[in-house]
Amino acid sequence: MTQHELKIICEKNHFDRHSLMDILHEIHDHQGFTTEEDIRILSENLKISEIDLRQTISFYHFFACSSRGKYTIYLNNSAISNLKGREEIEKVFIEEGGCVKNGVSPDGLIGLYETPCIGMSDQEPAALINGRIFTNLTAFRAKELLHNMKKGLPLEDMYTTVYGDGRNAHPEMKSIVRNNIRRVGPLLRPSEKMQVLKNQVSQMSPEQVLEQVKLAELRGRGGAGFPTGLKWQFCRMAEGKKKYVFCNADEGEPGTFKDRVLLTEKPEDIIEGMIIAGYAIGAQEGVLYLRYEYKYMKNYLEYIIQTLREEGFLGKNPAGIKGFSFDMRIQLGAGSYVCGEESALIESTEGKRGEPRSRPPFPVEKGYLGYPTVVNNVETFCAAVKIVQFGGDWYNSLGTDESKGTKLVSVSGDCRYPGIYELEWGFTMRDVLEMVGAKETRAVQMGGPSGELVNKHQFDRILCYSDLATGGSIMIFDRRRNVIEDVVVNFMEFFINESCGSCVPCRNIPKLLKEKLDKILSGKGTSQDLADMERWGAMMKINRCGLGHTAAHPILSSLKNFRSHYERKLRKHTDFISDVDLLEASKEAAEYTNREPVI
Amino acid sequence: MNKPVVATASLAGCFGCHMSLLDIDERLVELIDLVEFNKSPIDDIKKFTKDVDIGLIEGGCCNTENVEVLKEFRKKCKTLISLGECAIMGGLPALRNDITVSECLAEAYLDGPTTVNEHRILPNDEELPIILNKVYPCHEVVKMDYFLPGCPPSADLIWEALVALITGEEKEIPYALIKYD
Repeated sequence: MTQHELKIICEKNHFDRHSLMDILHEIHDHQGFTTEEDIRILSENLKISEIDLRQTISFYHFFACSSRGKYTIYLNNSAISNLKGREEIEKVFIEEGGCVKNGVSPDGLIGLYETPCIGMSDQEPAALINGRIFTNLTAFRAKELLHNMKKGLPLEDMYTTVYGDGRNAHPEMKSIVRNNIRRVGPLLRPSEKMQVLKNQVSQMSPEQVLEQVKLAELRGRGGAGFPTGLKWQFCRMAEGKKKYVFCNADEGEPGTFKDRVLLTEKPEDIIEGMIIAGYAIGAQEGVLYLRYEYKYMKNYLEYIIQTLREEGFLGKNPAGIKGFSFDMRIQLGAGSYVCGEESALIESTEGKRGEPRSRPPFPVEKGYLGYPTVVNNVETFCAAVKIVQFGGDWYNSLGTDESKGTKLVSVSGDCRYPGIYELEWGFTMRDVLEMVGAKETRAVQMGGPSGELVNKHQFDRILCYSDLATGGSIMIFDRRRNVIEDVVVNFMEFFINESCGSCVPCRNIPKLLKEKLDKILSGKGTSQDLADMERWGAMMKINRCGLGHTAAHPILSSLKNFRSHYERKLRKHTDFISDVDLLEASKEAAEYTNREPVI
Repeated sequence: MNKPVVATASLAGCFGCHMSLLDIDERLVELIDLVEFNKSPIDDIKKFTKDVDIGLIEGGCCNTENVEVLKEFRKKCKTLISLGECAIMGGLPALRNDITVSECLAEAYLDGPTTVNEHRILPNDEELPIILNKVYPCHEVVKMDYFLPGCPPSADLIWEALVALITGEEKEIPYALIKYD
């Protein structure tokens, strides 16, 4: 881009370095990547060092420093995508399209890149092409897409199915994604927009709202399960000239797609929940952090926000509530799992690498731009609306003794009815498997890669925070799948790629564990290797954030629940085999110095 | 009763860990009362003359000789300990692990800015060990029994660990001795 064009973008963003994400998005929308020259000019205008710009750009999957092709295909490489046939699709793109894996075709037309779960586990294999979602890919569809790309067709002309159900077909969205809602509860039932704000909240004090949320014993629906009422109370009590409400729509846990459905079908509820939170804690501004993978919803969501603004639900005195104002915007992410961690999400919104912060201070004390900030999951806001509507008592009566209310779960993998199920807490795994039509199930990954891999003897365990907790992901693997090769290896690669690299154990140990896995799979594993994996995995608890704490879980939990799958592969009668091949290791230097390698 | 026998070696290390061993100061006298040293730079014994109870290894394996020495230690020592960061993780020498060994050799002997090597000769005498493609931590080459972290591990840590091994009494190592930030 020219110096002048870049300057206009910077000017539009008030030369504010905190708007770096938006600035980079605009550059990428325009030309697909940031050039060296762009970086130099941005550095001058935003007063950020060039190296800082580079480290920020390289942090995110969807920012680039060189062209990724006129058409850029991001093919999902999650475990679910794999078992639905990703490899075959990739083969077509490479062999017939002349694509290069994680690179651009020689003619510069098509870039082919891997990306972790894009939130379409119920309709895999799926790919993101120039920000548009293509689902249920087959080898034939891949050939068709290649053909269309070579003809230079616009993306919308490549669709071969009608738009998805519900509001996927909205004129501002026009996506072919399907909702696959299989079971509804209070959150997913039809509701009239902003009724709670108009009818209830306007008659309540902020304290009364807070009281109901606490009474409901609602816990955060992103996965960690922190009591929402307490979080809001901390933020309400914190000192700050301004306060913020953040909606975490960076749904990155592989296998999760419930927020996708809520954002599609219930955006008004989410926004209403954010306004209610703003009212309860005394915040005037909200930010909805939308993961890049859901960029196809951005125009739609902005349209909804604008409509609500025009109808008087956002801005000064929402729904006529005196002495209160609240407005919001969308912040688009750029591809990073760890940005789903609340402090990393705030860092990213401030235009930086999404590295989790050291805590304390917690975001409720010092969050976005140093102001007290509440960050809640999409589903948490929806639940808050229902709590205020029907009362904390009502919500508290749903679920189990210590897990109240309902939970949206995203079911994917080997089952007949993948999709979204709204369940009261307290169902057993067996109930769920029956409901979704899963047969001959070997393993269930509960709560995504950071959760637990459950074996068939554990199917009577209960979905709740104290037993099988989940942020929403349930991935099912039947007896055709190999636990280590098809599941654990994929999850470990995911964590290796997604670590922000800040804490040493998180940066190194998953890599070392993956090497151990490879060693075991190559037939050189011994009992010592299993012992090492368990001991090293235990060190992960000293990392800073949730990603780091759980990045060894795929191995630790499969070692616990599927130990025989490992033991079958071990060499017997020895407790140590070296993986170092001295001949191979000494070959290069020997050749380079004209000597014989050591045998 | 015979005194326990100790052997030590520095592979791809800087001898810092050995220095740290000497740093136990006057306890050295006590140590000599407790143990007998065999192959070690401390007494300059070059070859094993008997089986050994405790082997201390400083440094990882960066060349074929390191591997050979380490394997010999494994054969001779009942208990083998990785002493310090380089033995445990490869340490500073392992910084080259992302660079090919040819590039390293070229930079060191041919193209480095301060290199004068008119005939462009690379060290290739058959007496010299061959450099490995990577620096390997000891536990990837042979089974290691214990790990003493640090760069170097403090004298107190080495002392506590040795005494625990010699006396056979499990010792609680104070957190301060293994905390490095």
